[in-house]
Amino acid sequence: MRGGRESGKPADDQWSSRLALTVNGVGHDLTLDNRTTLLDALRERLGLTGSKKGCDHGQCGSCTVLLDGRRVKSCLVLAVTLDGREVITVEGLAGRRLYPLQAAFVAHDAFQCGYCTPGQICSARGMLDEVSRDWPSAVTADLTAPVELTDAEVRERMSGNLCRCAAYPNIVTAIRAAASSR
Amino acid sequence: MSAPPVGAVGREHPRLEGRDKVTGAARYAVEYPVENVTYGWAVPAAATRGRILRVDAAPALALPGVLDVLHHGNAPRLTPGVDADLFLLQEPAVHYRGQFVAVVVAETIEAAREAARLVRIDYDTEPHTTVLSEHHPGLYRPNKVNPSYPTDTEDGDFDGGFAAAEVRVDATYRTPAYHNNPMEPHATTARWRDGRLLVHDSNQGSTPVQATLAELFALPREAVRVVAEHVGGGFGSKGYAKAAVVLAALAARQVDRPVRLALTRQQLFGPIGYRAPTIQRVRLGADADGRIAAVCHDAISQTSTLTEFAEQAAVYTRSMYAGRHRRTTHRVVRLDVPTPFWMRAPGECPGAYALESAMDELATACGIDPVELRIRNDPAVDPEQGLPFTSRNLVACLRDGARRFGWADRDPTPGVRRDGRWLVGTGVAGASYPARARAAAAAATAAPDGTFEVRINATDIGTGARTALWQVAADALDVPVDRVAIRVGDSDLPAAGVAGGSMGTASWSWAVIRACEGLRDRLRQAPGGAVPADGLTVEVSTADEVRAQRPLPRYAYGAHFCEVRVDADTGEVRVPRLLGVFAAGRVVNPTTARSQLIGGMTMGMSMALHEEGLLDERYGDWVNHDLAMYHVSVCADVERIEAYWLPEEDPELNPAGVKGIGEIGIVGTAAAITNAVHHATGVRVRDLPVRLDKLLERPPTR
Ligand code: FES
Ligand code: FES
Repeated sequence: MRGGRESGKPADDQWSSRLALTVNGVGHDLTLDNRTTLLDALRERLGLTGSKKGCDHGQCGSCTVLLDGRRVKSCLVLAVTLDGREVITVEGLAGRRLYPLQAAFVAHDAFQCGYCTPGQICSARGMLDEVSRDWPSAVTADLTAPVELTDAEVRERMSGNLCRCAAYPNIVTAIRAAASSR
Repeated sequence: MSAPPVGAVGREHPRLEGRDKVTGAARYAVEYPVENVTYGWAVPAAATRGRILRVDAAPALALPGVLDVLHHGNAPRLTPGVDADLFLLQEPAVHYRGQFVAVVVAETIEAAREAARLVRIDYDTEPHTTVLSEHHPGLYRPNKVNPSYPTDTEDGDFDGGFAAAEVRVDATYRTPAYHNNPMEPHATTARWRDGRLLVHDSNQGSTPVQATLAELFALPREAVRVVAEHVGGGFGSKGYAKAAVVLAALAARQVDRPVRLALTRQQLFGPIGYRAPTIQRVRLGADADGRIAAVCHDAISQTSTLTEFAEQAAVYTRSMYAGRHRRTTHRVVRLDVPTPFWMRAPGECPGAYALESAMDELATACGIDPVELRIRNDPAVDPEQGLPFTSRNLVACLRDGARRFGWADRDPTPGVRRDGRWLVGTGVAGASYPARARAAAAAATAAPDGTFEVRINATDIGTGARTALWQVAADALDVPVDRVAIRVGDSDLPAAGVAGGSMGTASWSWAVIRACEGLRDRLRQAPGGAVPADGLTVEVSTADEVRAQRPLPRYAYGAHFCEVRVDADTGEVRVPRLLGVFAAGRVVNPTTARSQLIGGMTMGMSMALHEEGLLDERYGDWVNHDLAMYHVSVCADVERIEAYWLPEEDPELNPAGVKGIGEIGIVGTAAAITNAVHHATGVRVRDLPVRLDKLLERPPTR
C-alpha cells in the first residue's frame, strides 16, 4: 500500500467504503461497494464508458487506464484500494485538440470497431513513458543501452492489448508516428 | 494502380466516427446513460444434457440489491417456434452445457455477479455425446447447408476419373472449433415503456434483430426499436439476434426497469455460436502436368440438438478449380453442444484450408510450382454450373502476388533452407468468396440549405460501412462530401440486412445510390429546383432490382503468399511476411478496405497457428474458454503484412461495383501458412492449428 496509508475507509455498512479518487483531474468522493473494480467504478458510477470491458479478467487490455501515470488493467484493480490515487482515462487525454496518439490512431486507421482502442491508446501512452525511462522488454537486446523504439519493441510492449479486428500494423505505425512527433 | 478517382469513391478517408472512438465518446450497447438502470447476469447450465429439477433462488435473492431471478418457472413467456436457440428460460430442458437457464437482476453489477453464483439448480442428467468423429453413428445428410446451398453435388464420374488419374492426392484435414471473440461481448440495454421495447444491442444488423424480437415477444414490429450505433466487432457471431438481447428484454419486462446485460468473455464460448469443427477429405486426380480431372470434397461437421447448422465447407470446391469429374458432400451429426454459427467466411474459410492444402500436395506430387498449378486449373466457366463468371481474376492475383512477393526462382524442396536456428519456407494459396447482394431500403433528404441526409439501417461493426456509404452517397448526389450526412445503426431507419456475408456495402450502397438518384430526379422536377422549407425526401427499396439480378457466378478472388520461419529446436513458427492480392470489384475507401483485408488475413494466421477450442468430453464444454487460454494473434505475432488489390470493373454486380471484402482476407490464409510450414520443415500439418508438438513429433529436416 502506498505510503503505508490505509486505503478506503469503511462506510456505514459492511459492504462499501468511502474513498477519494481523482479521475482526469477531477476529484470524486465516492462510496463504493467493496467488490467494485476500478473499471466498473469508471463505467457505472462515473459514467466514463470510454474504458472498455472486454474480458473482466485482465486478459485483453481493453480496460487499460493510467494509474498515477502507469498503465494498469482497471478490471483487475479493486477501487477500494485506490484512496487518494489519480486515474487518467481515454476521456482525459484530449484537450481542445486530440492527444497526439489519438490523432495518430485516426490518421493511420489504427482501429476498426474501436472497442480495444481506448485501451490501446492509454497503454501506448504508458508504454512510451516506460521506454523513455529505458525499461527493457523481452526483445531489448542490450539491457544497459537506451531503449530504441523499434517496431519489434512496440509490438512486444503492446501485446497485452488484444485487437480482434487486428489493426496491429496500423497501431504500430500510429504509435511510432505519435512518438516521433513528441 | 488505376486512374485517380473523380469523386469521393476510391479516395482514402479516415472513419467518420474516428474521433468518437479515440476519445471514448462512441457509445456501445451498454454505455448509454439510463435512469433507474439495473444489471442482468446470465446463469449458464452446469449440466450437458438433461432437465432442470429445481431452481433455488433463495440464496441469491437474500443478497442485498438482488431484485429477481428469472428462470423457466417464472420468466415472461416467449412465442414458441420462432427460434429454438432463443426460446430461453421457457423450458426445463438443457441441451448443452453453458445454455442460459437463469438470469439474475440486481441494482448493481457486483450484486448481480455474486448472486449468479448463488443460484442453486438441480438437474436430472442424461448421458451426452459431444465429440465429432467421422465414425459417429449419428452422421446424416442435411437437406441443405448454410445458408441454402445444396448438400451434395455431382458432375461426371468422380470415382472413374480419380481411379484413372496419373497423380492422386487423398488427404483428410481437420479444423478445431474456433470462437469469434469480438472484443465487445454480446451486450444489451433493454427497456420497456407502454408496451414498447427499446434495446441498444451489439449486433450486425438491427433490422433482423427487430423482426426476431417482435416475433418472440408477440409485438408489432413498430413496437420494437433496436439501436446499434457502434458495435465492437462481431465476425459473424452477432449476425442474428442472440441470447443477450432476449435475456435482457425478458429481465427488463420482469422487473419493469431498464436492464443492462453483457455476456462474460467465458459465456462467448458456445451459446452465441462458434465455427464448427470440421473433418474434410479431399481427393484430387490429375495428369502428370497437374491438370485436374477429378475432384471430390467430403465435409463433416457438427450441429446441436436445437437447431441444424451445417457448415458449407465443401462449397468452396464447387467453383474454385477446373476438373471434369466432381463431387462434393456434407454430413453433420447432432451433438449435445451449442449450435455452431457464422464465423468470418463460414464454409469458405475451413473449406479453402482443405482444398488449398490439397492443391499444394498435388503441386508437390506433380513437381509443379503451386502458383503455376493453380493457373493451369483456372476454369474458363463455372465448373459446376457451366456459366461464365461475371469476372474472375484469380490468375491476375496469383501473378501480381508472385511478382510482389518475389516468388520466382523458388526452390520447391522442403526443409532445406536454414537461417541460423530457423528453417525458412514460403507458401501460397488461392481464395474466393461469393459476391452477393440483398435487398435494402434507404432514404435521402435534401434540405433547403443545400445539405443532404441519407438514412439506412446499415450497421458499422468496424468495417467502415458508415464512411463508405457516405462517400457513395456524395457521389450519387454529385455534391462534395461535406454537404452530406449519413445515419446508420437504428431500426427506425429504412430497413436493411446484416453486415455479413461480405454483402453489406454491396447491398446498402445499392439502396443509397437509388435513393440519391431518386432525390436528384425529384429536385430536377421541383419548381425552380428549389427545396421546400421542410425538405424533400425520397425513400426507395431495391427489392425488385435485386430479385431481377441474373443468376450468374459472382466471386471475389485473392491470393496469399507468406514466408514462415520455424525454430528447428522448439518448433516455434513465426510469420515474418504475409502478402495478399485481391480482386474484389471497386474499392470505395482504400483506408478502411486495407484494414479489413489485413484484419481478415491476420485472423487467418491466428486460425493457422494460435486458435483452438479444446473440448473436454466429460463436461461437453471448451476448457480454454477465455482469452488467456484461447489464444488469438497479438501485436507481436504480426510482422510484415501487406494487402493489395487489382482494379476491377464488373457491370454485373451492383451500381457501386463492389464485391465485398470482409471475408476474402481470411479465406485461404491458413493454407498458405501450412503450405509454407511444409516448405520450411517437410512436415505437412493436416490438423489445425500448427502447434509446436506437431512439428516436433517428426523432427524437422536439418
Ligand atoms: S477487461 Fe480488463 S483486461 Fe480485459
Ligand atoms: S479495433 Fe476492433 S478490437 Fe481493436
